Amino acid sequence: MMAEKHVRLTFSPELIKEPLIYEIGREFGVITNVRMADVDAKIGWVVLSLEGDDAEIQRALDWARSKGVRVDDATLGDVVEG
Amino acid sequence: MSASAFHRALKCRECGREYEIAPIFSCEFCFGPLEVAYDYDAIREATTRDSIAAGPNTLWRYANFLPCDPAYRVDLGDGFTPLIKADRLGKAIGLDNLWLKNDTVNPTWSFKDRVVSVAIAKAREFGFDAIACASTGNLANSVAAHAAGAGMECLVFIPDDLEKGKVVGSAIYDPTLVTVRGSYDDVNRLCTELSMQFNWAFVNINVRPFYAEGSRTIGYEVAEQLGWRAPDHIVAPMASGSMYTKIWKGLQEFAKVGLIDEPKTRMSGAQAEGCSPIATAFANNTLNFVPQKPNTIARSLAIGNPADGYYALKQMQETGGGAEMVSDPEVVEGIKLLAETEGIFAETAGGVTIGCLKKLVASGFIKRDEETVAVISGGGLKTIEAVVDEVTEPLHVQPTVESFVEARRIRSTSVGSGEPVTA
Repeated sequence: MMAEKHVRLTFSPELIKEPLIYEIGREFGVITNVRMADVDAKIGWVVLSLEGDDAEIQRALDWARSKGVRVDDATLGDVVEG
Repeated sequence: MSASAFHRALKCRECGREYEIAPIFSCEFCFGPLEVAYDYDAIREATTRDSIAAGPNTLWRYANFLPCDPAYRVDLGDGFTPLIKADRLGKAIGLDNLWLKNDTVNPTWSFKDRVVSVAIAKAREFGFDAIACASTGNLANSVAAHAAGAGMECLVFIPDDLEKGKVVGSAIYDPTLVTVRGSYDDVNRLCTELSMQFNWAFVNINVRPFYAEGSRTIGYEVAEQLGWRAPDHIVAPMASGSMYTKIWKGLQEFAKVGLIDEPKTRMSGAQAEGCSPIATAFANNTLNFVPQKPNTIARSLAIGNPADGYYALKQMQETGGGAEMVSDPEVVEGIKLLAETEGIFAETAGGVTIGCLKKLVASGFIKRDEETVAVISGGGLKTIEAVVDEVTEPLHVQPTVESFVEARRIRSTSVGSGEPVTA
């Protein structure tokens, strides 16, 4: 099933130089579209729109997590409040 | 012009794109958060210090600044809480001019009544029949209470290991109360999914732009209660970072419409070590926080991935403020210090604020002569578990004068003096 998902990926310093977004597109056939990003020497984050097969998007995000990337919903932050 | 006409659009905080007023929360283009935009010229024309002072003794005295039609409000007596001069606490920590914004006295004993008061009015204005939230307690209590007052259907999702006081504090208003078995992240994910499937007013999702605006009233009240001026420094607790940023916005808006002079307030934020994404980023001198898995007794501040964290960090830079964090034992110490010096029993978030305030003063970040306001955001009966083993045991006596005198003698000579005494 085709789907679109918006995520925020947070990279630690050792991952900043890795071409992870390129690999998500190449390995999983998911269309990646950068909407916002900020990267410095200590940390980087990118807000991505992902389009593709729902299961492939999930696989791509699981793969990113396995590489040490923090994956969060792009727009909400935490939903639970105090 | 009616008060509801003063808010004119929703505006993306990132790219500035504008949207018509609707129950939406993020920009279609950059996914940035939407914020309410106002017609400040119209507010300035319609609002004076006297017109505000003539309003109700609740946050609805600032109706011209709120993004909803006040005709839809459910006012349980929300806001306009006391600003208390705290000389004893000030002396204890080294401040000559300390004030406490005592939000423990709101209708459901936390500042959440401010945001919910606005959110529920807007939800009714939009025509929603049901209101929902996911909460670690304070928000749930407030949403359930206001929904009851409005006669609206209410759905409240809470983690299943919540303090009893907070569970009962929601259940008493008879909402559909759902305890979720799973980790914090599980609750978060479930509620995100629910918000996409059901047409409810989810207070901190689809009506979040309006909900968040309620916190600005803390800034308005502080300025009004100080005699229409801003203080030198404000210290506020940070969970999502929303309240912390909105207090500053409130002060700036009051200046924009001519009610006070341009504020030079330094804004500082307080977090618990066990959930300190914003304070940690500040310490590391970066605007990009790393989300954390919360592990602290300060449950009401346990937001690991704070939606407004980035904006909070920017605000620290802009105002010359800072951030501090405290351990759980320091949270308890802060609760006790506040209670023993000022007679205010705060929940754990209040302990975080006082603990951080103390550290900021001790390090010289806040100078002794800076006029400082600390925001005490919730009442202590909600989290008695945090302090139940930390308070002094009673004297257990026979119904005789001799027994009482003997018990006092034993207590006064015992080291630590918090142990049980039986005479």
